[in-house]
Amino acid sequence: MKITALLAALVLYSLPATAEPLMATGDLGLIVERATGSLLEVNTTHARILRRIEGLGDLSHASMVFSRDERYAFVFGRDGGLSKIDMLTGLIVKRVMQSGNAIGGAISQDGTIIAVANYTPGGVKFFDTDTLELLAEIPTGSKVVGIEDSTDNRFAFSLWENKQGEGEIWVADLSIDRKNPKITQFPNIGKQPYDALISPDGRWYVAGLFGEKGIAVLDMWHPERGVKRALPDYGRSDPTLPVYKMPHLETWAMVGNLAFIPGVGRHEVVIVDVSTWQQVGVIPVAGQPVFVIARPDGRQLWVNFAFPDYAKVQVIDVEARQVINTLQPGKAVLHMEFSPRGEQVWLSVRDGNRVEVYDTRTQKKRAELPALAPSGIFFTPRAHRFGL
Amino acid sequence: MKIAIKLPFALLFLSATLASADPSPARIKELTHFVRQECGFCHGLHLTGGLGSPLTAPALHGKDAETLIAATLHGIPGTAMPGWAPFLSNADAHWIIHALKTGFPK
Ligand code: HEC
Repeated sequence: MKITALLAALVLYSLPATAEPLMATGDLGLIVERATGSLLEVNTTHARILRRIEGLGDLSHASMVFSRDERYAFVFGRDGGLSKIDMLTGLIVKRVMQSGNAIGGAISQDGTIIAVANYTPGGVKFFDTDTLELLAEIPTGSKVVGIEDSTDNRFAFSLWENKQGEGEIWVADLSIDRKNPKITQFPNIGKQPYDALISPDGRWYVAGLFGEKGIAVLDMWHPERGVKRALPDYGRSDPTLPVYKMPHLETWAMVGNLAFIPGVGRHEVVIVDVSTWQQVGVIPVAGQPVFVIARPDGRQLWVNFAFPDYAKVQVIDVEARQVINTLQPGKAVLHMEFSPRGEQVWLSVRDGNRVEVYDTRTQKKRAELPALAPSGIFFTPRAHRFGL
Repeated sequence: MKIAIKLPFALLFLSATLASADPSPARIKELTHFVRQECGFCHGLHLTGGLGSPLTAPALHGKDAETLIAATLHGIPGTAMPGWAPFLSNADAHWIIHALKTGFPK
């Protein structure tokens, strides 16, 4: 009797003070509030805000990756801050200022290494995901853009401009020694690569060029074959045509053999057959596209736009290759993210200080959540995909 | 579209006569938001630089204001800096550059 009472007391005592129900993270996400340097943690099953996480510094153009257990987020701030966030507790577990000006990052295939691309000083740094201890550093002498993770703990990234004014692609291989990346450099890949993507299978690293036409393609299965140029007509048709915001390539919408990419400075989505690397068509849209993202089943594309057309979002039917709906969420739709299987999409409406949730089948609004000048929306299933 | 293109020229003319006329307080509020957000995409929300160079007061110190105004309105050829003349008047650009040079309002 006495012993059971004692045991019961012990059990009670060892329970956490706040007896919250157990929670998993597969349907969670973080939304960047760029002006306030905060994040909103959300649940996508119930379209609910769980909490606000503050104290992350300058989050303009911030992005993040997730640990493979989908518990931790690694947030890359513009000010060079790298923060590790525990989504179960909402706490900043660790934060390091790793450069003066960062642009994005990636996580290795095995989930143990974070890579961060920096503008000033230009270069890439690698950190241990457990401790955020610095593992290695690669100075590049140029702004680094488009860092992507691939197979075998390799990372590919591009140099905006070397001393000769040319772009380069570098591959860092950390498979053998995390502290001594093996670097392969591909010089003269074209002028001003502005962003890059890796295909969902981790094989093709593709950099978009701003300073000239075409794209630069590296086959990560066969880096020895070098960087090839493709799509000679893709890019700015008229170099004087202003581009008010760089399109993003990060999530190249791939459906079968077809990739759908934003036209640079043009009001169109470009269709590319990746088995031949030929442009096979264009779809006219309402502005300069920033993100072209494919619903996970590949049947729809959702497109947002640069200033001054950024109050709109268009939905494209992939089979019909045409716009089937134009939504008007309001000024400055900065980002869109699908739920893991794509029955809903979340849009951030910056000046409206809200996030809108749409049913992708009916394209009707299902919910609206208040957020402070929201930009990037990131859901945890990204953890298991290359290049996200 | 026609109006949008003509407007800056009309304002250019206007601002030549009203040399240092500042935009209205309401317009200044708009411009402050505009610069932090739209220019901020490339120059950073805090204007400390990104793809575009820093536009902080120390970074612009000693640089010719007219050149910077021209860059704002007409872009810098051969770079990613676009011209904003369809959306900003000459007076707007004047105000933006002087505000940047003296420390941009929050
Ligand atoms: C699409 C990206 C982009 C946007 C948006 C942008 N800029 Fe720029 N801007 C640049 C780049 C890149 C440079 C640097 C050009 C170079 O290499 O000299 C630059 C340079 C400048 C310069 C010259 C700075 C110097 O030190 O000489 C000024 C002034 C400037 N921008 C003002 C603005 C203003 C004002 C806005 C918003 C109305 C704006 N920019 C929006 C990309 C951008």
